[in-house]
Amino acid sequence: MSTLETASAPPPQDTTMDHDAHTTPLLDVTGLRKVFAGANRAVEALQEVTFTVSRGELMCLVGPSGCGKTTLLRCVSGLLAPSAGAVTLNGAPVTEPPRGMAVVFQEYGRSLFPWLTAWQNVELPLKEKKVPRDERKRLVTEALDAVGLTDSRNAHPWELSGGMQQRVAIARAVAYEPQVLLMDEPFAAVDAQTRGELEDLVRALWQRLGVTVLFVTHDIDEAVYLGQRVVVLSASPTVVLDDVAITLPGDRDQITTRSLPQFAELRAAIYELVQRAKNGYRPQPDTERPA
Amino acid sequence: MTAVAWGRKFAIVAGLPAVLVAVWWFATAGSTSVYWPPLSTVLETFGPTWLEGRLASDVLPSLLRLAAGYALALALGTALGTVIGSWPKVRALTEPALEFFRAIPPPVLVPIFILFAGIGDGMKILVIMVGSVWPILLNTVEGVRSIDEVLRDTARCYRFRRRTRLIQLVLRGASPRIVTGARQALSIAIILMVISEMFAATNGLGFSIVQFQRSFAIPQMWSGIILLGLIGVALSLIFRACEARILAWYQGQRAAQR
Repeated sequence: MSTLETASAPPPQDTTMDHDAHTTPLLDVTGLRKVFAGANRAVEALQEVTFTVSRGELMCLVGPSGCGKTTLLRCVSGLLAPSAGAVTLNGAPVTEPPRGMAVVFQEYGRSLFPWLTAWQNVELPLKEKKVPRDERKRLVTEALDAVGLTDSRNAHPWELSGGMQQRVAIARAVAYEPQVLLMDEPFAAVDAQTRGELEDLVRALWQRLGVTVLFVTHDIDEAVYLGQRVVVLSASPTVVLDDVAITLPGDRDQITTRSLPQFAELRAAIYELVQRAKNGYRPQPDTERPA
Repeated sequence: MTAVAWGRKFAIVAGLPAVLVAVWWFATAGSTSVYWPPLSTVLETFGPTWLEGRLASDVLPSLLRLAAGYALALALGTALGTVIGSWPKVRALTEPALEFFRAIPPPVLVPIFILFAGIGDGMKILVIMVGSVWPILLNTVEGVRSIDEVLRDTARCYRFRRRTRLIQLVLRGASPRIVTGARQALSIAIILMVISEMFAATNGLGFSIVQFQRSFAIPQMWSGIILLGLIGVALSLIFRACEARILAWYQGQRAAQR
């Protein structure tokens, strides 16, 4: 599975997880390719991206800046049609944003409806899903409670700090009860302290709700800290470079986990891989490919 | 302390109007000119001229025509603007024509509309609508076009139904621009309300003012102009109140960003 020594360690020791074993693929991405047709030349953003996310898994996608992560996520979420390849969720092909998927965007300030309160922002997608009123109320209450925003339910997004806005977006995604939760560099624009808190929040929600999470980031530490698996992407045109199992204990916290020798090893290994990716390293030589 | 603050606020709001009225009052106090009657005379004629009968026979019809024409302009401008703003191809196709029609001063259309729509209320409402629809239409187009891409993606991801997308994403997203257009349209509509009554009319504010002028009832004419100004102020206050309600989120957001 991996060319890295660290990844040849025993399978994930995530003993805190009591839901199904991570064997059934829920999200299947096969041979995804995306070429943007420009005015006088085509830009190949994704060359051939293949990976699967198992049910109940928390997987991180990491890659050098500008490696087409957002393009990949937009294709996976059905917002953007790929040039070739396929995405299937639970066996069904994804051609438009599917019912069982929720996305948390990097630009929290732009993905919340500024004319709605926190409560209304979380509730609106549920109304669209035709969730009955009582059930809706319960889901919104629980979701806002889970992200610690019970007291700010009547605030508008612009009355909240950046971190709190992203919490609203997370609550909205969680209340939607998706089969898979896609997160596109969700914490890239918040300050470091808030980022740590939000990372722990994602871990806690994932463990509590058993939702499958695909977390895209450019931050290697974040990927190692959060994930059970880290898939490393090459520079654009993107291919998968490696698939690294994160063998850290399931109970993680910002201080002890990050100071484990194992954490440092994994981090170093992935860091090196990303550095090589930045310098143009690719799994197989493709010199015949025009620039 | 609050009383002092209120007093100061009132002084700021009412200060300049009070000065202007005082200047008018004293400058015309001893006037013997037919065209510049003393302000006291104008104010004396105000009550008998407008409050005894003309309120119902002239002011109300004017205001009703204004309301009808403006409401139609709002509905048509927002609807067309939403369609044009949503599809770039429609916009490319219609933009030159829209720019042309927008550039025509609406008063010149009055004689033409009289040919087609007669001289009744319908013609006047049509003039008000056609003249004031442009700022609403063009601002709606821009507003719809500039709705945030991330917000659009969000609406798609959560599979908003068409109706929800229209109301919660498109119209509310474009509402700051729509309101800007509506504000410009309101002053145009008031102007056209008066102008449409200066041609071939039998009642209305504009009609009355022209009648007074032609019959040398100069103080009455001046009182009509004052009434028009007062109506303008009242409408703008109503508009501001509506705006504060509809765009509370927008004003809050802008204040938060500062």
